[in-house]
Amino acid sequence: MRRASTVTTPRKLSPYAIARTRRKKSLQRFAQAFFGQPAGVIGLVILSVFVLLAVSAPLLFDREMLDITKTLGNESLEPPNGDFWLGTDENGRSILAVLVWGARASLVVGLAASLISMVLGTLIGIGSGHYTGLAGSALQRLTDWFLVIPFIPLVVVLAAVLGQRGLGTIVLVLGVTSWPGTARLVRAQTLSVEGRPYLERAKVLGDSDWQQMTKHVLPNVMPLVIANTTLTVAIVILSETTLAFLGLGDPFLDSWGTMLDKATGAGAASTGAWWYLLPPGICVILVVLAFTLIGRTLEVVLNPRLGSE
Amino acid sequence: MSERAAVGSVASEPVIEVDDLVVTFRGRRGGGTARALDGVNLAVGRGEIVALVGESGCGKTTLARSILGLERPASGEVRFQGEPLGYGGRALKAYRRRVQLVLQDPTGSLNPRQTVYEAVAEGPRVHRMADESGRVVKALSQAGIRPPERFFLRYPHELSGGQRQRVVIAGALALNPEVIVADEPVSSLDASVRGEILALLLQLREELELTLLVVTHDLGLAWNIADRLVVMYLGRVVEDGTTEQVLNNPQHPYTKALLSVVPEMEQVESIVLTGETPDCARIPTGCRFHPRCPAYASGEAEAAGIAADCRSRELPILGATGGHRAACWLVPAGDAPIPR
Repeated sequence: MRRASTVTTPRKLSPYAIARTRRKKSLQRFAQAFFGQPAGVIGLVILSVFVLLAVSAPLLFDREMLDITKTLGNESLEPPNGDFWLGTDENGRSILAVLVWGARASLVVGLAASLISMVLGTLIGIGSGHYTGLAGSALQRLTDWFLVIPFIPLVVVLAAVLGQRGLGTIVLVLGVTSWPGTARLVRAQTLSVEGRPYLERAKVLGDSDWQQMTKHVLPNVMPLVIANTTLTVAIVILSETTLAFLGLGDPFLDSWGTMLDKATGAGAASTGAWWYLLPPGICVILVVLAFTLIGRTLEVVLNPRLGSE
Repeated sequence: MSERAAVGSVASEPVIEVDDLVVTFRGRRGGGTARALDGVNLAVGRGEIVALVGESGCGKTTLARSILGLERPASGEVRFQGEPLGYGGRALKAYRRRVQLVLQDPTGSLNPRQTVYEAVAEGPRVHRMADESGRVVKALSQAGIRPPERFFLRYPHELSGGQRQRVVIAGALALNPEVIVADEPVSSLDASVRGEILALLLQLREELELTLLVVTHDLGLAWNIADRLVVMYLGRVVEDGTTEQVLNNPQHPYTKALLSVVPEMEQVESIVLTGETPDCARIPTGCRFHPRCPAYASGEAEAAGIAADCRSRELPILGATGGHRAACWLVPAGDAPIPR
């Protein structure tokens, strides 16, 4: 700021300062628009509760409470009571503890797999929209190919082929199978951006393909990508639940899907142990709902054409 | 006017030469191949302002795009200072630092997510030029955006149409180009702003010794700024000469028809051409203008005894240089002033 004294009226702004100011302004605008939408706020509140629970899981419940060798003293499938607010499972573990720890697994899998899906989908989508000719068609065929393969068998085969079931494998499997929808969407938007004169101008100014894609196409498809990714998180969490329920998850990982799988295995449905089945199911629904609400709101806020004034 | 003629003498030193250029577009589903440019010769001298005029679909935009290397020719070539244009990435990039484009629609030409600063700084950044912000300030003031700093953070939607076009022009100027190709630079602007932008282009020619190729369908505009007029019809140049020659003494029936409908032209009876520009996938035989030619239809060609030529004899393609010339069987070849 010492420079301010030497440089007078025409205030010199460095490109970085300009970019910073610009970002700050648009972020403020964005926040204002987002918090004006009740649906988005509700989604954000629900999600915050779950994130808070997941983050503070080690503070709320000792990890040892999940170890079945330490819970042998407890009665199995005990209905909710003063000690165990949500009852116990077949091994005598506190369902509430498993549920809170399960939030971690489900959220991590959902976010990580969506991130992979977002990166893959955006790269392939922009690539197939930008490059006309062989490369573009090849990318598009690849997208179509992944799109038409039935999801569950593909995931089952991938999970089996990758062997060694762990958190990483599940993330990878869900990530590489859930990008084609994003890719199609991004491709469509890329094609529309590519037709605008500013891309022609960029070409004439000397921008390389990479610069055209990153400086002009990406910023203009990003809002769509973000909104879409939020919706993908919901789908991925559901898929993870499906996988785990089918017994393809990590048996040592307590996610909500695994809980549902074990509950069915322990005959929770037939013995009327509703406290074992309902909580993970409701949690999945709530988190998926939260992400969907946020995703839809982002769509409306970031895409002015959807906004109703 | 004499000053203009001196600058406009092409004979001096052509910066851009187009030699027998053919650009084709493949038709869809058996539509045949469209010859958007069908043998075009053009030479633009240093410091000259050349206006390319013609109806929609006559190939003037395609010619402008080919000059920038945005369209690959099927045959023929574009030369810059005598060197044929290379279509490799590096050659094109180097070339486009010296030859820049200004598009018709200033709103669409600016990325809505870039500020004025970024839009103008893009060229210097891509070409890694020194003193980026200095260049941006200079280019913006040259383009009449003053004081430039006040506009740095503005987004395109916060500017007026004229300001946007000035920003686009500044973006081109930031590269210090030698030639600017402007494709309908003012047609989307309102009349008062149009005058300002034209004055700006003229002023830039004076100050920076820019060479300008302006594509337009507006003969009034051409009259105001151009040294030389090149009239195109269906992928070919049909008349070429200094602005005074072409506008005061048009030779080609097509030019006459275009001129007769310019509101500023008084005491001329309007000649309204019938029909649309023909499909350039199916170019008429003989003179390509004969199906719509008023001289042919009125029997003038018949009287001159050349009607058969109009129908079936292919006209020679006009050369790039020479005096006032027109591609019409009614007009004798050669540079000599044509008696009326």
